[in-house]
Amino acid sequence: MKSTLMRAGYKKVSRQMNDVFLQFASKVIFFLIVMFAFNLFFAGHYTPGGGFVGGLLGASAVVLLLIAFDRKTVHKMMPIDYRFMITLGLVFAGVVPTLSFLFGTPFFQHQFTYVEVPILQELSLHTAVLFDIGVFLTVMGACLLIITLVAEEKA
Amino acid sequence: MELITIILAGILMGAAAYLMLSKNLIRIIFGTAIFSHGVHLMFLTMGELKRGAVPVLDENVEAYADPLPQALILTAIVIAFALTAIILVLALRIYKELGTNDIEKMKGDPYAD
Amino acid sequence: MLTNILPLIPIMLPFFMAVIMLLVGKRPVKHRAIAAIGGLILIIVSAYQVFFVYQNGMYVTYIGGWEPPFGITVVIDMVAAILVLTTSIIVFFITVFSFQSIGEPREKYYFYAMVMVMLTGINGAFLTGDIFNMFVFFEVFLLSSYILITLGGEKLQLPEGFKYVLINLVSSNFFVLGLAYLYSVTGTLNMADMQMKIASYEGDTTGLTIVAIVFLLVFATKAGMFPLYSWLPNSYAAPPVPILALFGALLTKVGIYAIARTFSLFFVDNVEFTSTIILVLAVLTIISGCIGALAYLDMKKVIIYNIIIAVGVILVGFAIMDAAGSIGAMYYLIHDMLIKAALFLLIGVIIFRTGETNSERLGGLIKVHPVLGWTFFIAGLSLAGVPPLSGFYGKLFIVESALDNQMFIAAIVVLLSSLVVLYSIMRVFMNVFWGEDMDFDRLKDVKMDKMMFSAISLVVIAVVFGLSADFLYPLFEMAAQSFYDPASYSSYLLEVQ
Repeated sequence: MKSTLMRAGYKKVSRQMNDVFLQFASKVIFFLIVMFAFNLFFAGHYTPGGGFVGGLLGASAVVLLLIAFDRKTVHKMMPIDYRFMITLGLVFAGVVPTLSFLFGTPFFQHQFTYVEVPILQELSLHTAVLFDIGVFLTVMGACLLIITLVAEEKA
Repeated sequence: MELITIILAGILMGAAAYLMLSKNLIRIIFGTAIFSHGVHLMFLTMGELKRGAVPVLDENVEAYADPLPQALILTAIVIAFALTAIILVLALRIYKELGTNDIEKMKGDPYAD
Repeated sequence: MLTNILPLIPIMLPFFMAVIMLLVGKRPVKHRAIAAIGGLILIIVSAYQVFFVYQNGMYVTYIGGWEPPFGITVVIDMVAAILVLTTSIIVFFITVFSFQSIGEPREKYYFYAMVMVMLTGINGAFLTGDIFNMFVFFEVFLLSSYILITLGGEKLQLPEGFKYVLINLVSSNFFVLGLAYLYSVTGTLNMADMQMKIASYEGDTTGLTIVAIVFLLVFATKAGMFPLYSWLPNSYAAPPVPILALFGALLTKVGIYAIARTFSLFFVDNVEFTSTIILVLAVLTIISGCIGALAYLDMKKVIIYNIIIAVGVILVGFAIMDAAGSIGAMYYLIHDMLIKAALFLLIGVIIFRTGETNSERLGGLIKVHPVLGWTFFIAGLSLAGVPPLSGFYGKLFIVESALDNQMFIAAIVVLLSSLVVLYSIMRVFMNVFWGEDMDFDRLKDVKMDKMMFSAISLVVIAVVFGLSADFLYPLFEMAAQSFYDPASYSSYLLEVQ
């Protein structure tokens, strides 16, 4: 925000600008968005949602922080290499469907089982979730990588 | 309903063609984005609008909407998203390297001789 | 079990190699090792696939265990197996070639990883049995080609890359549109199922012809056919030689494969109309390619226009689509992939040695590089189709089938194009290797043993392919059967239903 205004020539304005509201609000809203992103991600198996939407929402949460603070501060808050995030996502998305050969089933066929957990009662576990984690990481990493790359370039 | 969406898709594609024929890089990129929206809308219309319920298994429902076009459009949207990201970064690089975002000023064929 | 894993190796192995390269980080030497080892494994696996298909007929795997026509299938018939083998051979040699020529900065920015992703997309497009999946794989290799064409960010590359991206983006959108029409007409996306439905349908199929034209527009853009090739020469000339060789040898051929596949399986009802259109466009493609090849003295440009000529020749065979025409087109397709890659690598060696792309400014190189010169000569003869080299058999079958079907103009144009090809290549050869000696002090002192190795190996493979054409005939007959007898392609569905 500050840097954008400064580039536009509003040096004085930027010095006087006080975005404490934005900074404080974004710290709170960040967690709300992340929680909603995880909710969408886990809802994805039977209802609308999934890795792609979850990843986009997760990325948007970080983008909100990027708007409120500058890139360095955000990097200090979350020292994650986005390239590594994409790679990890690709590993998940590639390895999980291939592993189904070990079960003697065709490529991409997912396995599931039901587990009894004391408090949560019956829980269904799917390998599809692992694949979706890969999608989530890849989408989020790619979004953030592109946005930070574009933001870094000084026109 | 189908007729309206087809006309809307046509309008979108026309607008996209107009934008893509302009000289400004950013306008061209918006043109490609709008073009893909028009195409996706057309795809949705091809899967027959408003026939049956949501394609989620339910005991009380007899007829379902065709889920396949929706799944395919989702894939196509993801691809269009990636393409838009790449072409935006490319346009930024062009602006940095060549100092212009006017297609006309990028001419120059070094193999012309 | 074996048939389950085997079809997916050509798709998944390059993908995993790319992921491993991303994990390794910016270490070019390790990238090289991974790319070379992976490429070798891929050649072995795909050669075994050809053998397997030859022994047992085509085989199919259902992804996710969903039976066709509902799920995605991976179908390996002879066409796909041969094309995957050729692709992996070419990619292996081009990666070896780029060890010394692409340069450290590009290697650091994941050049090999992008090549591997592109290989994933190309192999996937050849192997998939689902038309929408083919679109997805098209996008996979197009996305990586967008990155490859602009990698390095030289001043020439960026605007040409932008044009390339824009043209392909528009044609990809038309691909989606064509898929929408096709789906609404037939109600299925599985290619075999679609073939059976269309073949057994007895009503009016005019709608399908419109869809055929949309598909022709899309694939003609990717393949570089007559009215839509104008983006190709400039865009291909912009990136460095290894990338140019990859694009020239592989990308246009995927477009041709898609035309052959879709027009043999789906659009068979109005054959007179569709095949006439393709034939006329193919002849015009040959003519315009010839004009370009004669007009330029720039080595890159001459060979790029030769791609356009070859596209036309192959499409003449696929437009006729009878037994001889398909066999000839298959022969010529494989021959052209091999020899185009070889020629690009050969001129790549010359360009890296001299720093010049214009053949007029060179001369007398045969005194310094006799091996390179004679290899180039043999490659040029092979490209023009001098018997017994590899281009001859493809053209023989294509011309034979054109004459059988009373398409004399097409036959004459194909034959005359050979002369133009020979003339354009020999002119480059004489300019570069004979004639007045250039200033040999200007030659750059570069290491070129790996470059020479891969270029000469590809020429040797092309020559061996030409000499063993008779021996390989059963394979190509089997491959061509998928085209002229589309029911054989969709026969696997009968076992399921």
